[in-house]
Amino acid sequence: MFSVLTDNWPLFRDGFWLTIRLFLVSGVLSLIIGTALGAFRVSPVPALRGFGTGYVNILRNTPLTLVFAFLFFGAAKMDLALPNPFWTAVGALTIYTSAFICEVVRSGVNTIAPGQSEAARAVGMSFPQVLTIVVLPQAFRAIIPPLMSVLIALLKNTTIAAGFSVVEAGSIPAAMSERGENQLLTLLWITIGFLILIVPLIFLQRWAERRTAVA
Amino acid sequence: MSAVLYETPGPRAKLRNRISNVVVLLVLLGAIAWLIHRMYAFGQFEGRLWRQFQYSSIQRQLLDGLLNTLKAAGLAAVLALLFGAVFAAARISDHKWLRTPATLIVELFRAVPLLILMFYFYFGNIQFGLGLGPFWAVVFGLTLYNGSVLAEIFRAGIAAVPKGQREAAYALGLRKNQVVRLVLLPQAISAMLPAIVSQLVVLLKDTALGFIITYGELLYVAKQMGGRLTYGFPYIPTYIVTAVIYIGLCSLLSLLARYLEGRSRRRRKITGAPPPLPLANDPSEGAPV
Repeated sequence: MFSVLTDNWPLFRDGFWLTIRLFLVSGVLSLIIGTALGAFRVSPVPALRGFGTGYVNILRNTPLTLVFAFLFFGAAKMDLALPNPFWTAVGALTIYTSAFICEVVRSGVNTIAPGQSEAARAVGMSFPQVLTIVVLPQAFRAIIPPLMSVLIALLKNTTIAAGFSVVEAGSIPAAMSERGENQLLTLLWITIGFLILIVPLIFLQRWAERRTAVA
Repeated sequence: MSAVLYETPGPRAKLRNRISNVVVLLVLLGAIAWLIHRMYAFGQFEGRLWRQFQYSSIQRQLLDGLLNTLKAAGLAAVLALLFGAVFAAARISDHKWLRTPATLIVELFRAVPLLILMFYFYFGNIQFGLGLGPFWAVVFGLTLYNGSVLAEIFRAGIAAVPKGQREAAYALGLRKNQVVRLVLLPQAISAMLPAIVSQLVVLLKDTALGFIITYGELLYVAKQMGGRLTYGFPYIPTYIVTAVIYIGLCSLLSLLARYLEGRSRRRRKITGAPPPLPLANDPSEGAPV
């Protein structure tokens, strides 16, 4: 059982390392874009709100695999392809995950008592100031638990890149199949690898949930 | 709601908002125009790329793909609901030897990526020659993952019924089986329904993973159609058509979930029934994606 892992260690190591990189890069990008979209959705400018709503409704009802397929096969037809498979996968994951982060941010903002932003306005703050100095820092606390679920989903979703010739952890079975290795043992090791990555995140989320519930 | 973030605009703020609005609209229109021009410049509107959608054999292929998607989603939905019901029952059981393994299994299947679950059946079939096609890999993968999420929804739904209901039922001398079946479930169902429908949207979307393990669903058909040289590799036209189909189907289900949610919120105001559970696919409600 262990020989499956030890004999092919470089394959597993590189695969999971790429998974982690995909997760981190698209996680950070989605956080930035998702927060901006969330701000759009609560802004006083109707066109921004409309754009945010449209983006979220379209992306939330599209399979992530279709977003991947569009970026990998469709975008090249307009010469809009991203430089390499890694960045194309990051692009697909980011476009998809931002929609979910936008919703998390928006509902987090809605949990803040109206008195907070009223007081901020009373001292003469503008909308961007109210949002960035007063509301978002407080909303952050309510945002953390659902944000963690979105990030856990993102980590699991990175496996879809395997279907588009990105050699992350999800692509290990195909490579092992060519080497004639035992597939079920391979999958078992991949499952263990994902559990090692995901279980700490789940515990972190539950911990944050308990903390925010008390506060 | 969001209106609390800014004051009702006065004349100057109104003007400023109107100007920002126009600027944003112009930028958005500009982006759309640029994209359309880009598609035009690369010949994406040429007749030969779109012509194949007129042929009935191609339309039938698309329809077959759609039917395969719906077939996998439908069967997986039924099995997932069964799986969810069985494991939810085990999780609220009084027997520890039932509760613990059920909890472990539900947590495990929720933590493992769905594609890996499908790979177990796909590669397991190849290794042991079980005679299960990719269809079953898709269905079983979807069943295990969504069934586990549904088990969690059922459990939370039953737990959300006010404590007094359970206590009153026990006080009348009902057995646990009767309490759950006659008192808790009927009240929990209406609170769970929106979350269940919304989880089915996730399930429907995830059938697209079948593309990766060569199940001939909608996206798989679209890839083949897009790769046809005769029609000039019409990837973009086919993906646009596919996206419209997926978004249409999922939006309809999402609307149903919203409608049910609104209805159960209204009912709650009148009868004091438990609040609706968070919708899946809606992270703002704290549900898994």
